[in-house]
Amino acid sequence: MTEISPADEAVPVVLRVNGTDRRIAAEPRRTLADALREDCGLTGTHLGCEHGVCGACTVLLDGEPVRSCLLFAVQAQGAEIRTVEGLADDDGTLHPLQEAFWRHHGLQCGFCTPGFLMLSAGVLETRPDIGDEELREALSSNLCRCTGYQTIVEAVRSVRDAAGA
Amino acid sequence: MSWVGRSIRRVEDPTLLRGVGMFVGDIGGAAAVRFVRSPVASGLIRAVRGPAYTIEDLDADGVGNIEAVLHRPDYVRLAQPLLARERVRYVGEPVAVVVGDTAAEAEDLAEQVELDIEPLPAAVGIDGALAPGAPLVHPDESDSNVMVAGEMATPGLAEALDRAHAVVDLEIVSGRQAALPLEARGSHAVTERFGGRTTLHASIQAPHMVRTVICDLLGMPEADLRVVAPDVGGAFGQKLPLAREDAIVVWLSRRLGRPVAWIEDRSENLMASWHSREQRYRLRAGFDAEAHLESLQADVVANVGAWPCYPITWGVEPLMALAELPGPYTPEHYGVRSRGVASHTCPMSPYRGVSRPAITLALERLMDIAAPRLGLDPVEIRRRNLQSDFPHTSPTGLRHDEGTYREAMELAVRHVDLGAFRSRQHVARAAGGPQPGIGICTFSERTGYGTPAFAARAMGVTPGYENVELSMDPSGYVTVRIGASPHGQGLETALSQIVADEVGTDPGRVRVVASDTDRTPYGWGSFASRAMVLAGGATYLAAQQLATKLGSLAAEALEAAADDIVLADGRATVAGTSVGVDIAELARIAHHHTQRLPAGATPGLSVQAGYDPAGTFSNACHVAEVDVDPDTGGVSVRRFVVVEDAGRLINPMIVDGQIRGGVVQGIANALLEEIVYDEDGNILTTSLMDYLPPTVAEIPDIEILHLETLSDATVTGAKGVGEGGTIGAPAAVLNAVNDALAHLGVELNEMPATPERVRAAVRSATGTPAGPTN
Ligand code: FES
Ligand code: FES
Repeated sequence: MTEISPADEAVPVVLRVNGTDRRIAAEPRRTLADALREDCGLTGTHLGCEHGVCGACTVLLDGEPVRSCLLFAVQAQGAEIRTVEGLADDDGTLHPLQEAFWRHHGLQCGFCTPGFLMLSAGVLETRPDIGDEELREALSSNLCRCTGYQTIVEAVRSVRDAAGA
Repeated sequence: MSWVGRSIRRVEDPTLLRGVGMFVGDIGGAAAVRFVRSPVASGLIRAVRGPAYTIEDLDADGVGNIEAVLHRPDYVRLAQPLLARERVRYVGEPVAVVVGDTAAEAEDLAEQVELDIEPLPAAVGIDGALAPGAPLVHPDESDSNVMVAGEMATPGLAEALDRAHAVVDLEIVSGRQAALPLEARGSHAVTERFGGRTTLHASIQAPHMVRTVICDLLGMPEADLRVVAPDVGGAFGQKLPLAREDAIVVWLSRRLGRPVAWIEDRSENLMASWHSREQRYRLRAGFDAEAHLESLQADVVANVGAWPCYPITWGVEPLMALAELPGPYTPEHYGVRSRGVASHTCPMSPYRGVSRPAITLALERLMDIAAPRLGLDPVEIRRRNLQSDFPHTSPTGLRHDEGTYREAMELAVRHVDLGAFRSRQHVARAAGGPQPGIGICTFSERTGYGTPAFAARAMGVTPGYENVELSMDPSGYVTVRIGASPHGQGLETALSQIVADEVGTDPGRVRVVASDTDRTPYGWGSFASRAMVLAGGATYLAAQQLATKLGSLAAEALEAAADDIVLADGRATVAGTSVGVDIAELARIAHHHTQRLPAGATPGLSVQAGYDPAGTFSNACHVAEVDVDPDTGGVSVRRFVVVEDAGRLINPMIVDGQIRGGVVQGIANALLEEIVYDEDGNILTTSLMDYLPPTVAEIPDIEILHLETLSDATVTGAKGVGEGGTIGAPAAVLNAVNDALAHLGVELNEMPATPERVRAAVRSATGTPAGPTN
């Protein structure tokens, strides 16, 4: 039987984020979002609602887009976590999705952008030839209050098309 | 080739794309502040127990009250404490505040605080607040809930209505809505241990104004407070007024001598940030035999919540309705009474478009309802009524500069091919099932107004102008310091384009500094579709001065006449020759070889300019195509066309982004979003499961066409464009819904047109029983 530690007692947790192991101490109730932002200093993952609706906190967990506000940090142990900070190349070259969001004006205030980038990265990596309708549907899991979405869809479509070309 | 007019990529983006922007919640290193908020709409505070600060602590420190003032006899003046004193007036009103080492600890502390409140009956909703004997929101200051009541009438209105060929009566209602920036509000304050200077980072739209009012409240010199708006995750008006919470965060950091931060959560944001738009318009309109709208009488009520907002006051919605209701039309006779009514609900701030979405809904429903009664279609009635002689002066004295009201509509109607749509609609009517409808909306958007417009409101403080400081450093780069405070609009990019053209450089050599009171001239921030016109105008004027300086430096260096110098591509050349000098070289001379300057010239390359115009009117026509399922009440928007005239387009890509984002908020306002209270004043919409912003699934692509009337009312020829999308979309969508159900005799004049409301309208028109029939 596993020992259950009280919810407010910090336990050692190892998170593998963007290819690097991060050793932190996190209370079992600490969300993955808070652990990334506060314990790992990766504040590119944003919080827009903390109840699983807006998708601003989307990160990739073993390649799947997940809402990091709904996961506990301890649940992410052993998984490959990817955040917006890991999208660009080490030499600073922007990821094709970042380039496309820039070119297509897929952001205004930029608060939703990390979530949309990670969502679309996850979608295109698992379904590189996703159809227009399905793509729209997949992107409907995140909220943007500024752009009206059209330029986000155009940006992601352009990356899909360039990869398939 | 000029940089203005080109869709260059935004300089703001790389930081945001990499996830290394700095939003308030990213700063960290601070104790966590949490507010304890009233659980009831109205009540007397008997006691507050627990580890919290209350109004008594603020009073003991001599902290003042907020006074949002309009100098008019019909305005009730109030002094608003930073935390509730004696009474609570809405669910979510801050009563006490706790500070914990971590957010979790602050939450635990907040739970230990016990509020002993004796509940009282609440006034909720427009009718609830106006009813005889309604509970009073401010019983000590006013014996009614009417807090501001504007009234005016042009002579001869009643006679004009009497002799009208046709009179149309209409009531429209706009539900209560929230701006819902994706980043909620927040603030972070640090006070230096030595010297005692405080730095406040806050998610706000007007840092200088916030510095002034917080310093007034805390009795400190403005020189001792630095206010910074870092990256701001959307605002749309909700971050314009002073947040009581931000003032308290400054007070706490000074009192405790430690960094403190308040990061609003989403339910606080929906419950206790600012709401908007709860309004009712009753119109009586008289048309002559040629279908000209000759006379217009209106009774407007806005539910303005429990407290005014600083500095705009709670007159902003009702008095804007009073001043701007005639819209793009030209009634000779106009009369209006417009009241702001307090209730035990969350206070109101201006939200993108402010009253104009409801004004436009009222006028555009009026046109569509009047048209068949006058034997016309929706296009023809507008054709006969839209402004076409410029400048046009409205019955309330507003000067409309040249616009393209009719042209925009004709172009929109051609673009959608109205005839083809009507044939499709004809077929669908026969087939049954979901019904297509089309709706037109023409409107004017008052933008870019400076001090003269605000002075007319008689505010306690009068916003308006913008100042810009511009300097070229020895490396030849230009720094533009602005008082406006962009937060996602792309203003930095657009300003760099203006500067690049005027001083002959590349936008990549221009840096814009904004949103930091230590590094920018005093200004009013970004709101009311003003920044491009005002900060853009001031930047343009300053850049011209800088160009003049560079021109005379070059003339000296090249031994030519200053008038012959052309600045382009980083060079100053003598016109018609290849003789020239690098602008960067001139910058060196101006700073490092001042012995070579003309006698009496000031060393360096710094200039400043202000701009304070009276304002201008953008205009647009929106056309929405919808499908409405009469059985379920469901509405889907199939197509949306915008013909926009915002004057000169500095960066068309950015302009289109503003329009698209605005239209989508407007569609959501029309169909989805509503803050709901029960009759006791409990708020029912406190999460994104209940308050429903649209996803991409509910939104079609927006087709945008431009007309470009270069305004003589602004120095750049640009008009404002930030709010237009949200202003026009609700009326276009509601007109389309009504058009779809016209054959059933449905008339629906309330937004949002939720499935329940559509079903209710269908039922009342057709006499069918409740519930879906499929
Ligand atoms: S913050 Fe996680 S879904 Fe909104
Ligand atoms: S860009 Fe502001 S929320 Fe998407």
